[in-house]
Amino acid sequence: MGLRPHPPELKEFAERVGTQGPVGVAGSRTHFELGGALREGTPLVTAPVGVVAHDPAEMTVRVRAGTPVSVLEEHLRAGGQMVPLDPECPTSTVGGVLAVGRSGIRRLGYGHLRDLVLEITYVNSAGRLIRAGGPTVKNVSGFDLCRLLVGSLGTLGFIAEVVLRCHPLPEVSRWYVSGEDPEDLLAGLYRPAAILWDGAVSSVLLEGLAADVDDQERRFDLSPAESAPEIPRRGRQSVRASQVADLQGEFLAEVGVGVVHRSVYTDPPPTDAPALHRAVKERMDPSGRLNPGREVVV
Amino acid sequence: MDEGNQLNHRTDRDDGALAAELTAALGSGQVRSAGLERALYSRDSSTMEAEPSLVVLPRDAEEVATAVRITTGHGRPFVARGSGTGLAGGAVPLDGAVVIATSRMNRLLDVDVTGRLAWVEPGILNLDLSHQVAGYGLHFAPDPSSQQVCSLGGNVANNSGGPHCLAYGVTSAHILAMEVVLPDGSTVMLGGTTAEPSGYDLRGLFVGSEGTLGIATRVAVRLTPNPPVVRTLLLDFDDTDDGAATVSGIIAAGLVPAALEMMDRRAVEVVEAFAHAGYPTDAEAVLLVEVDGLGPGVEAAVETIGAVARRNSVRTVRVAADEAERQALWRGRKNAFGAVARLEPDYYLHDTVVPRSALTRVLRRVYEIADHHGLKVINVFHAGDGNLHPILSYDSRIPGMTEKVHQAGREIVEASLDAGGVLSGEHGIGLEKRDYMGLMFSADDLAEQDRVRSVFDPRRLSNPDKVIPGGSRCSDAGWAAGAAAGEGAWV
Ligand SMILES: Cc1cc2nc3c(=O)[nH]c(=O)nc-3n(C[C@H](O)[C@H](O)[C@H](O)COP(=O)(O)OP(=O)(O)OC[C@H]3O[C@@H](n4cnc5c(N)ncnc54)[C@H](O)[C@@H]3O)c2cc1C
Repeated sequence: MGLRPHPPELKEFAERVGTQGPVGVAGSRTHFELGGALREGTPLVTAPVGVVAHDPAEMTVRVRAGTPVSVLEEHLRAGGQMVPLDPECPTSTVGGVLAVGRSGIRRLGYGHLRDLVLEITYVNSAGRLIRAGGPTVKNVSGFDLCRLLVGSLGTLGFIAEVVLRCHPLPEVSRWYVSGEDPEDLLAGLYRPAAILWDGAVSSVLLEGLAADVDDQERRFDLSPAESAPEIPRRGRQSVRASQVADLQGEFLAEVGVGVVHRSVYTDPPPTDAPALHRAVKERMDPSGRLNPGREVVV
Repeated sequence: MDEGNQLNHRTDRDDGALAAELTAALGSGQVRSAGLERALYSRDSSTMEAEPSLVVLPRDAEEVATAVRITTGHGRPFVARGSGTGLAGGAVPLDGAVVIATSRMNRLLDVDVTGRLAWVEPGILNLDLSHQVAGYGLHFAPDPSSQQVCSLGGNVANNSGGPHCLAYGVTSAHILAMEVVLPDGSTVMLGGTTAEPSGYDLRGLFVGSEGTLGIATRVAVRLTPNPPVVRTLLLDFDDTDDGAATVSGIIAAGLVPAALEMMDRRAVEVVEAFAHAGYPTDAEAVLLVEVDGLGPGVEAAVETIGAVARRNSVRTVRVAADEAERQALWRGRKNAFGAVARLEPDYYLHDTVVPRSALTRVLRRVYEIADHHGLKVINVFHAGDGNLHPILSYDSRIPGMTEKVHQAGREIVEASLDAGGVLSGEHGIGLEKRDYMGLMFSADDLAEQDRVRSVFDPRRLSNPDKVIPGGSRCSDAGWAAGAAAGEGAWV
């Protein structure tokens, strides 16, 4: 028995992060300014790359954080599975998407992206490799540092490798449009992958067995759409799912979720108990060396 | 108050002053110090026990905050307690801790039907919550087998699972926010009910932290629509390997059933005698499979499962004809532990996870381990996610028996880890597995967990000496394995 040793690629990553002095981590830089620009002159590292192992029978995949999501998706497709990370841009890296922590537009159907994460190995501010969570689909051993790392914008640790939960690839995946009230669609449709509402029309994504999707299409009188709707990306607002019906202005809202996409920038909501959040950062990175300049607490 | 009951085994402690201040602040009905009550709260559903110095039964969040502030003001530890059904000793009060029990805080506070969320108090029972929102066609998806009696606060603290978590996810995926009383008596909100609250995911950190970060006093839960069509199947096999192969085959076919449970021969015998669910007692393995969703998909899934099972020499495929039959099938599974309790005076329920592909191998190893120690073992478990629950039934009055059971338990944990598994799938670490943490995590890993914990609880007064083994504090100091349990505890 004994602990699984860390592979050399991860140890080398930890060495690159080092033990002192400011250091930043870059993925494919699709959201590099989120949370503020890095302090000027901060040396950058990048995470290891590659899909280590996809185990379709376990429905899990071990992947290095620097791997582009498109590469991971292609790899999984060969085994009939997927991980619905759904970044805006397919070149985004797995580690980058998790560090940003924003679910894709299929959150209604597949849940928050943080729940796809089973195990994370990361480099902490002392340059040590830390493993949290576990490789199996179910695990409650120890504190859930995985959840803490997701959405932390690389300010608590640099993600090196993760184990993610896979889903079976749906037999069909189809976009529809509907003029029905979005709340009625939400109440009536069974587990839609997404309902996006712009105040007038709903775009509905149904995934699963063709027979099920056909059945829903008929019962709710959905019209097949040419393609996915255009998603405005400049502003991202967070509301309660039940507030979507009252939204004003130009928007595309994720019904049943509460993420609102806008074409104009919107400020993030203030953080509850900011002092506690800041204390977590100070304790885990006392010298503030990880991604200096980047701020998660609003 | 009876002065005599305030005496305690530790002399450097002044329970009297603490009790007096708590009573003055909360009223005598809320603070209990009688020996009988202390004994009542000295154990959960594990085999561990340690007596609390006092028991507080707050009526609301403010009373929890007051109790915590006064207790820690005296430099004394406290332990949150829900229903005490935890199996890892999480609610056992070490070091004469004050037990703060949430049982009176059991209200459903608010339901947002459109937003599919509800605010509840932590003492609400899991199944009561689902019953109370049933009128909206909604339920709380995590369904531990103990759901009739376990509290939502306990579910949150342990990140509990249940048969239906295979498809719906464990507790963490169903918790949006919680109000928490920190060990200094202050109150904070973690997470939020909007889609993307800003800041770190402290909500996610709190879920599964087993009461070591503070006490949840209000929780926002996600509610799940009831599925339109549900089908429950019972499959029985002459060979456990065929049952396990069917589990893997179902997943490999691209299906994620709502639940996929397995029982071995002994389990079936015991359960059937108790619950009369109609299980075939001459089968070596029985699978209980549930699929839900829309009609066409569900019927296709039932077909596929039958086909996979037939490829693996299933004896019979029984599909519950109606809701009554379905309930009967589940009654057996959900009462398995009650049934086992009738076998011998004591039972020890284990909880590890292994890769599905290793199920047969590890099961065989579990039988070997039990045989080697001359123990009876039965297996009723969440096969779909590889979550093993070997139950050792025994009589603790026989000298040496308890030691054997603990030795067998350790060997089962080791066999699971060897197969690429983890320490616990849903019962948590608590006290039971605290000293095994070093089998799964390095000294660095444990120091990091302790570091995060210390942000919330720098004086380590919230459920002290749980989850993280002693000696994990300083990152570079070596980690001492097998640190002793807290005073007054026996493991
Ligand atoms: C017969 C039986 C079957 C079971 N089946 C399952 C199963 O299928 N799946 C499963 O996951 N578990 C199962 N369990 C274990 C147990 O029921 C769960 O762990 C449950 O969630 C514990 O809830 P409780 O209210 O009893 O918590 P308790 O035992 O009272 O406490 C458990 C832990 O939670 C902490 N805690 C309690 N309330 C709070 C709060 N408000 N804030 C912070 N911390 C708190 C305590 O300090 C303790 O560490 C079973 C137990 C039994 C006896």
